[in-house]
Amino acid sequence: MRKLVELLGHPLRGLQSDVDEAESPVRYALLRRKIFALMAAATLIPLLAMAVLNYYEHQSAMAREIQNPLRVLVNKTKNSFELFLTERSSTVSLIASAYTYPELADEKKLARIFSVMKKEFKGFVDLGLIDENGTQVNYVGPYSLQGKNYAEQRWFQEVRLKGKYVSDVFLGFRKFPHVIIAVQHITEDGRTWILRATLDTSQFERIIASMSLEPDADAFLVNGQGIMQTSSNNYGKVLEKSTLALPPQTYEPAVLTMVDPLGREVYLAYAYFPEADFVLMAVKPRGSVLKTWYTVRGDLLFIFALGVVAVFVTAYRVTDVLIGRMKESEERREMALRQVEHSQKLSSIGRLAAGVAHEINNPLAIINEKAGLVQDIMAREADFPARVKIAAQVESILYAVERCRGITHRMLGFARRMDVSIEDIDVGEIIKETAGFLSNEAMHRKVDVRLEIDPELPRIQSDRSQLQQVFLNLFNNALAAVADGGRIVTTAREFEDQVEISVRDNGCGMSDETLKHIFEPFFTTKKGKGTGLGLSITYGIIKRLGGDIAVESEQGVGTTLIITLPKGQREALA
Amino acid sequence: MNAKDWKILLVDDEREFITTLAERLELRGIPARVAFDGESALEAIVAEEPHVVVLDVLMPGIKGLEVLERVKRTNPQVQVLLLTGHGSTRDGIEGMRLGAYDYMMKPLNIDTLIEKMESAIDYALKAAALPGTSGGQ
Repeated sequence: MRKLVELLGHPLRGLQSDVDEAESPVRYALLRRKIFALMAAATLIPLLAMAVLNYYEHQSAMAREIQNPLRVLVNKTKNSFELFLTERSSTVSLIASAYTYPELADEKKLARIFSVMKKEFKGFVDLGLIDENGTQVNYVGPYSLQGKNYAEQRWFQEVRLKGKYVSDVFLGFRKFPHVIIAVQHITEDGRTWILRATLDTSQFERIIASMSLEPDADAFLVNGQGIMQTSSNNYGKVLEKSTLALPPQTYEPAVLTMVDPLGREVYLAYAYFPEADFVLMAVKPRGSVLKTWYTVRGDLLFIFALGVVAVFVTAYRVTDVLIGRMKESEERREMALRQVEHSQKLSSIGRLAAGVAHEINNPLAIINEKAGLVQDIMAREADFPARVKIAAQVESILYAVERCRGITHRMLGFARRMDVSIEDIDVGEIIKETAGFLSNEAMHRKVDVRLEIDPELPRIQSDRSQLQQVFLNLFNNALAAVADGGRIVTTAREFEDQVEISVRDNGCGMSDETLKHIFEPFFTTKKGKGTGLGLSITYGIIKRLGGDIAVESEQGVGTTLIITLPKGQREALA
Repeated sequence: MNAKDWKILLVDDEREFITTLAERLELRGIPARVAFDGESALEAIVAEEPHVVVLDVLMPGIKGLEVLERVKRTNPQVQVLLLTGHGSTRDGIEGMRLGAYDYMMKPLNIDTLIEKMESAIDYALKAAALPGTSGGQ
């Protein structure tokens, strides 16, 4: 938990430091975990809190809903018991007061009174008259108890003391559970007698049965010592000690939650009788009463679990997308950075190369001219002794200059390659402009220069000045190839996703052997006129621009150079 | 036109280079004057109206391309051959656009230079003979 709090406490700080320090895959794994945990926590904690709250609220509401009717029922039943006992004891009391001792002692009269009692009030088993010495002087009932003396019994002492007595259930002489109600009557002249009635405990069972409890529920009466007064399904038979401990005494009916001796979780509703030493207890297993609650709880848990799963799935997906986006943008940024870095590096190398080439070319040109001058002078002088040797040295110098020239040109070629600057250009316009450089020479030599440029030619992404050099080379070559009055036809058209430019002349054409070498550097047919770099440079430029160059030639018929250029720029170009 | 009648102006701030080149041309019977910067080159062009100016692109002071531009304005019949010491073809292309006859890269091949001069003079003469045309463009 502390860890979670720490995590939640400084999520951004955590993320920031990770981004700065960790290696990429580890960092993303860490980041993913943190975002996921954060999102899950942010959604799960309220969800969990709500679920828990809901759970307990619902549970207690359900419990109240179950406990209240149970309490009411127990109270009502207790009242029924009290009413029952009060009625019976009042009846006995009334008879004791209404009749004189001789009347009650009269066997026939007592039998008649008892029969009326039995008719009016259910539950009376017998009725006896006991004198102040404890001797039963008259008895009506199924047993023969006439003449029995109760003087030593506790109930007799109690009734003599309090005037009224309701016994616990006990077996007594008849070996049958019963309750005694005894009432003492004292006449004005001080005579005392006791009227004692026995009640059938089946009446108790009937009252409890009237509670209409479910089969797994239980209700019974116990006395203050925990002795069962009625039989229970689960906690002992009548007159046995109850296996259920007595609940704490209260004036109001109460409900307890407890585990019974059978190990079941139960609701125990109970009520102490204020007048008699009885406790009415009703036990309901929670399992059965909470069935609805369990269904609701199941639903609740299911929905919660579903919510958790949804949260996890969503958090996972969102994290995935987020991390993916971050990765992607970082990769893009990194690639762009690297490209910029790379091209900056190349362009500075290119600038350096161009600078070096330029710086070297100037002194090289001086050496070249000086050596050339030496050669020129020697050619004009008469023979002298070291002539051959000196001529050889000068030859060597000029050869070395030529080599250096090759080197600087290669360096310049590299610089030029770095010099590619791509823009949106109109190839047709470049062709027209470049052809314009040569129009005067063409005119004087009466060369027919035709431009057949498709007016619908699309603009392309390429390097203007490099293409200009290409076209200048091609036109120069064509002009050199054709005789005065010859023809050069240049066409430009769209071809698939490329632009195709062809320069066709009707000049001298080339042999197959020449064709093989035309794109090689320093190959020339111009015998001292050309540098031999034209077509090789052209070839290099076209390749760099992502295009292609092809040549068709026939001796005596003419030559066609065909260039194809991509409309857009390819990555290879960078 | 005979080579000894050519009027050639060589312009470069590399004195050793340009004077040696002039000397070699003289040995071949081609009279060549030299200038070491743009200002004196422009003065010489106005004063002597050479047929061909061999002009270095990169010089201190007035740059080669600016000299070219001014020459084409004041003396369009003068043909200019540009010399470049470095690899940027942009200067060459730009020179062509401004009306240079051709451009060459250092170190030079003197025979190629003479051929280009001849071709330029030839062109200039023909251009002068044709009404309505002015050199280069």
